[in-house]
Amino acid sequence: MTGRQPPVTDWKSDFDHTDPTWVSDPYPIWADLRAHCPVAHSGRYGGTWLPTTHELVSEVAYDTEHFTSRAVVVDNLRPTELDLPAPIGLAPPITSDPPFHAVARRMLLPAFAPRKIASLEPMVRKLCGELLDATSGRSEFDAAVDYTQHIPVGVIVGMLGFPLEDADIFRRFITQVLEKVDLPGEERLDMFMQGEIEAYLNDQIESHRAHPRDDLTSFLLEAEIDGNKLAIEHVRGTMILLMVAGIDTTWSAIGASLWHLGSHPEDRRKLASDISLWPTAIEEFLRAYAPVTMGRLVIDDFDFHGHRMLKDDWVLLPFPSANRDETVFPDAGRVLLDRQENRHAAFGLGIHRCLGSNLARMELTVALKEWMARYPEFELSDPDAVTWSGGQVRGPRSLPVRILA
Amino acid sequence: MTAVKLKVTVDPDRCQGHNRCFAIAPEVFDVDDLGNAFVIGDGTVDNVLEAKVRNAAANCPEYAITITELRA
Repeated sequence: MTGRQPPVTDWKSDFDHTDPTWVSDPYPIWADLRAHCPVAHSGRYGGTWLPTTHELVSEVAYDTEHFTSRAVVVDNLRPTELDLPAPIGLAPPITSDPPFHAVARRMLLPAFAPRKIASLEPMVRKLCGELLDATSGRSEFDAAVDYTQHIPVGVIVGMLGFPLEDADIFRRFITQVLEKVDLPGEERLDMFMQGEIEAYLNDQIESHRAHPRDDLTSFLLEAEIDGNKLAIEHVRGTMILLMVAGIDTTWSAIGASLWHLGSHPEDRRKLASDISLWPTAIEEFLRAYAPVTMGRLVIDDFDFHGHRMLKDDWVLLPFPSANRDETVFPDAGRVLLDRQENRHAAFGLGIHRCLGSNLARMELTVALKEWMARYPEFELSDPDAVTWSGGQVRGPRSLPVRILA
Repeated sequence: MTAVKLKVTVDPDRCQGHNRCFAIAPEVFDVDDLGNAFVIGDGTVDNVLEAKVRNAAANCPEYAITITELRA
């Protein structure tokens, strides 16, 4: 998925979030930009801006007057080509702007509130346990392929009430949406228009209409806004949001945390021997390895700190870079499992705070605790063989590990 | 010093439901059905909980928590 574009030689004026150098280790790039070019611009993808400091990333996240969320995945399609159904957007509420955003979000929030999510913990623990059981007796395997990738997809498919054996359909779809962003616009449009996922969701909706169940699909079909049931595009769009936002992201966070523990034996042993470290350690993994860089579009020409932004320019919002800003996080480049003050922005800032943050945090905690209970001693068997996803969600897609002792 | 109590407030316009305060200091904060935080009771907190409350405030990504000292 990488290397289709010309290689980047100047990150200040020609950055590309699919470039192999960015994909393998974006942190030095962002650190240099924070220090020397806090608002970078690239002509790629039709014109893209990149604010990198915590202050600037926050400012854009809070500014819904100049930046729209109607498209959030930076690619070669121009916004008009997708013919976005305003004001909902393709995947509400992440692609919605005020005031519709608040209405669509409010409807979903109760399903993702802390106590509701806590009730799902036994299901996640069971899923993780079964995946670990399947690795038993193997001294070497791929933790991303055999463990982390199955957890969030299993949870989301279960919450929507879809058959678990269909998980592969989702993983394929998500990879297309999130990682193949450097395809030419036409190819990307063809991909979206194939309609495989739409047909699949329509079948599931029909099945739930005929036989309502206690799951999120039936919840969406029953939900009302101002006394009206949701438009079918809204139901499908929200399902797509849950898949796109709930699967790659958490898979990446769990994988990156395991990568850290597999390559930092001191931290691994500290965590194994001191359970009081877990709450701060989880937040620190989220800070240091925040997977998600968001996207925005410029609504109209305007001046942003001396930079002339043009209508329909993209803006990449690298929350992972904000999380490594030394002015907000002392010793930002180091992972401190007992970091006490940690206002990280892994789940975004402002009105689009990740709807599933409570779910993601619970999955991350359970997945790591179950792993550490089973395999407290492990290491990366081939650090150079670790591969990371490109685009706006960063996490290991191959993570070969060796179980010790 | 024993007379010092703390008054804690959550700004509902700033809170976005990150749930950090409720996780750190559930004696002081709770969340509603939407996941947004509020302070339990009238927000007056005994100073034995001061460290916890200050830690919760220091972890709010939206800077939504304010702590003021009340002097009797």
